[in-house]
Amino acid sequence: MDHHPRNRSVNRRNLLGGIGAAATVPVGAAMLGGLGFNRASAADDLSDEANDIIKARELSPEDVTAALETYMPSGRMDDYLMFTSSGHAGQVYVIGVPSMRVYKTIAVFTPEPWQGYGFSEETKAVLAGGNINGKEITHGDTHHIALSETDGNYDGQFCFINEKTHGRIGVIGLHDFATRQIVKNPLLVSEHGGCFVTPNTEYILEADQYPTPLGVGEYAPISEYKEKYRGACCFWKFDREAGQIVPGDSFAIETPPYGHDLADAGKGASDGWAFWNSFNSEMAVGGNMDGNPPLEVGASQRDMDYLHVVNYRKAAELVAAGKTDKLKDFNFIPMQMAIDEGLLYLVPEPKSPHGVDVTPDGKHLVISGKLDPHVTIFSFEKMQAAIAKGGHETDEFGVPILPFEECLEAQVELGLGPLHTQFDNSGYAYTSLFLDSAVARWSPGKDGKWELIEKVPVHYNVGHIAAAHGDTVAPDGTYLVALNKWSVDRFPPVGPLLPQNLQLLDIREGKQMRPLADMPLGFGEPHYAQIIRTDLIDAWDTYPQEEDKVGWNAVTHDWHPQGTRVGDEKIEVNGTDVKVWMTVMRSRFTPDRIEVNQGDTVTIYLTNIESAKDATHGFVMGGQNISLSLEPGETETVTFVADTAGVYPYYCTEFCSALHIEMAGYFLVKPAS
Amino acid sequence: MSTPTVAISAAELCVERRAARSAWRLWPRFSLVVAAILLAVSNLFQFWHLVLNAPQYPGGLRVTLYTHKLVGDVREVDGLNHYIGMMPLNDAASFERSIAMWAIGIFVVLGIMAGLLATRKAAWLALPIVVFPLAFAADLWFWLYRAGNNLDPTAAITIKAFTPAIVGRGVVGQFSTDAMFGLGFWIAIAAAIIALAGLVGRLRTVTDRGA
Repeated sequence: MDHHPRNRSVNRRNLLGGIGAAATVPVGAAMLGGLGFNRASAADDLSDEANDIIKARELSPEDVTAALETYMPSGRMDDYLMFTSSGHAGQVYVIGVPSMRVYKTIAVFTPEPWQGYGFSEETKAVLAGGNINGKEITHGDTHHIALSETDGNYDGQFCFINEKTHGRIGVIGLHDFATRQIVKNPLLVSEHGGCFVTPNTEYILEADQYPTPLGVGEYAPISEYKEKYRGACCFWKFDREAGQIVPGDSFAIETPPYGHDLADAGKGASDGWAFWNSFNSEMAVGGNMDGNPPLEVGASQRDMDYLHVVNYRKAAELVAAGKTDKLKDFNFIPMQMAIDEGLLYLVPEPKSPHGVDVTPDGKHLVISGKLDPHVTIFSFEKMQAAIAKGGHETDEFGVPILPFEECLEAQVELGLGPLHTQFDNSGYAYTSLFLDSAVARWSPGKDGKWELIEKVPVHYNVGHIAAAHGDTVAPDGTYLVALNKWSVDRFPPVGPLLPQNLQLLDIREGKQMRPLADMPLGFGEPHYAQIIRTDLIDAWDTYPQEEDKVGWNAVTHDWHPQGTRVGDEKIEVNGTDVKVWMTVMRSRFTPDRIEVNQGDTVTIYLTNIESAKDATHGFVMGGQNISLSLEPGETETVTFVADTAGVYPYYCTEFCSALHIEMAGYFLVKPAS
Repeated sequence: MSTPTVAISAAELCVERRAARSAWRLWPRFSLVVAAILLAVSNLFQFWHLVLNAPQYPGGLRVTLYTHKLVGDVREVDGLNHYIGMMPLNDAASFERSIAMWAIGIFVVLGIMAGLLATRKAAWLALPIVVFPLAFAADLWFWLYRAGNNLDPTAAITIKAFTPAIVGRGVVGQFSTDAMFGLGFWIAIAAAIIALAGLVGRLRTVTDRGA
């Protein structure tokens, strides 16, 4: 995959000179390049046209350079891919950086007809992994992307996504950018502090957001909140070879009902530990109709909440040794066991923090204040010293509390509403400031300095930020994307529901941070994103095909037992059971006529036998709620009861060829009487 | 060769020269063996290839022919060819490809025998090596002619019968095609020339004694 160094053919010094002739040159270069003109000499050979465009469009020198930084001539590959959650759209998006173009939606928790997700038996089975007590759930609230890691850096193999509403995790394979598994947490009704992966993706972290009695369906009156409601810090075991989460090897640690917020896994110095913030150590339960303070007020009374410090490696050893309990068939470590075994500690942290982010070397933890204008930095080494010292105070549940001062490394005042922190390759940290609508660059102990460097405004209400490899052991220090919750006046009016605004910032060392591009996103609300180098991803052009094998199951990632080769197509009728083995290619379905009797149960195995990149075929049939997307080499199954008599054409929904319209067939259902 | 002293006799000199001459006279037999080996080697390389270029295939499609197999984007080209009713590529010359390895093996053995056997007439055993590349090209042309002139009349797209170019550029629909012989074919040509030379050389050395 192309990995183009930026600015290869553009003289930056000239560019920054102003809207002189020098500055106009490369704009023309970009324009001409896009049209396929002589690209090599464009920087030296420009007309006045570029200048005219700059004047006509009233572009500043900063606009011109920003445009040049992000413009992509046709066929040029982005340096990075950004994976973002989509909020309550229930999906994941893949976006190019720096071009800020959307490349793909990956359906995860929500049926999606373009990809045929949730229509085939194979993908229905994936969605069914997220059923709750048998009930089908067709929406999800995705928040935090976690790319799989090797040695603390992204390896481009898998992407995990949490689902807040129901406490679920989706597993996406990055050979084909498709969802392979959904697991439902049996203990948590809702969650938030996930997904975060351990440095070699042994575990995927997840925790409750709103405490409940543990276990879906368990009931206790809200008056028994302190006694019966609990949180849980969960560790999903991931089997990389199988590409699957293994629930049987996963475990949960019971915690007080403080309401967990974000998390991070330790790395380097802090490897083997995990950290969660909490926001409701007041244990407020609302009741504003009964004369109680609203939950938001009740949960914001104390000056301190608690950082949860979890020794998961030791916990895993207890699980492996069979010393732990089970709850809802899930390996479960009760709070008392966690206390006795030294698995769980609390550290006071300023009021209702949001993000906890481990520095690339793993030595420090950055706690974002949210309601406090500081970021608070804890030292992992100091924490360990405090743990070793012993003799701790405890909270009312008996969990040891490490003294704030003993763990504190520094506090840096950044501005209002610090939420999330990312890092670059030159030792700086970046924190989003929600209330200030800004991103701060600051020094987390670089050259011994703990101080704010600069702030750049973003538009508006920035939530998470994502820098290139910005939460790994080796950040790239090139781009940062601010995921802004409000766009207000940035885009043409499209009615009262506005798009999100993803803003690209240049954070390269040696100059001020600066915005490069705005990207409206009008089909979901991304929360967290991660940005990975494009060349780390090994995406397949088509599904595997071999001399004597065809038909890949994209969910099990193995040969589909019903894969059908040309010449092996057939229709088998067994009483009221009709099975069809169908091949799909430009520009025909074989068979292109299927006749059944009303009431028959029909199963069609469809194999796209194409070998050409991009030769995808769709399959839809009126009246049966069927929409498949068959990628080259893929086999999928549809099963339905032909309950209504009539004649139903089926056809290919992808404009696959010159005879695309002719790529159709007839499904005839003879009336029963 | 210098004659540093007068001690060397005329007779001795004569023997030496004859020995050198008679070694030189072995070249036809030697080249027959070399040709046989070259033919064996040629089989390792492609004999012919066809590249199809069209806007929607930025890297082009490529079909590569060895004496015994057809590799590359065969399925894709077949898929496209069905629109004009052309036969699947693997249906062409399937008999020739199935026996190619055996036939060439026999040609190679015959060529080596041509070089090693004492009788001059044995040189004719190398004739298949001389003829092989010509026969290959003729057979290829025959199948190209057959494929292009027996298009299924019920195909979706009707085009005029044509013979795809065996070498050089052609145009079919949005595709431009480039056909060229490959390294294996050129090695086989070299083998044929060397075998021909050996054959002629062997048959013309009628006055040679003792050979």
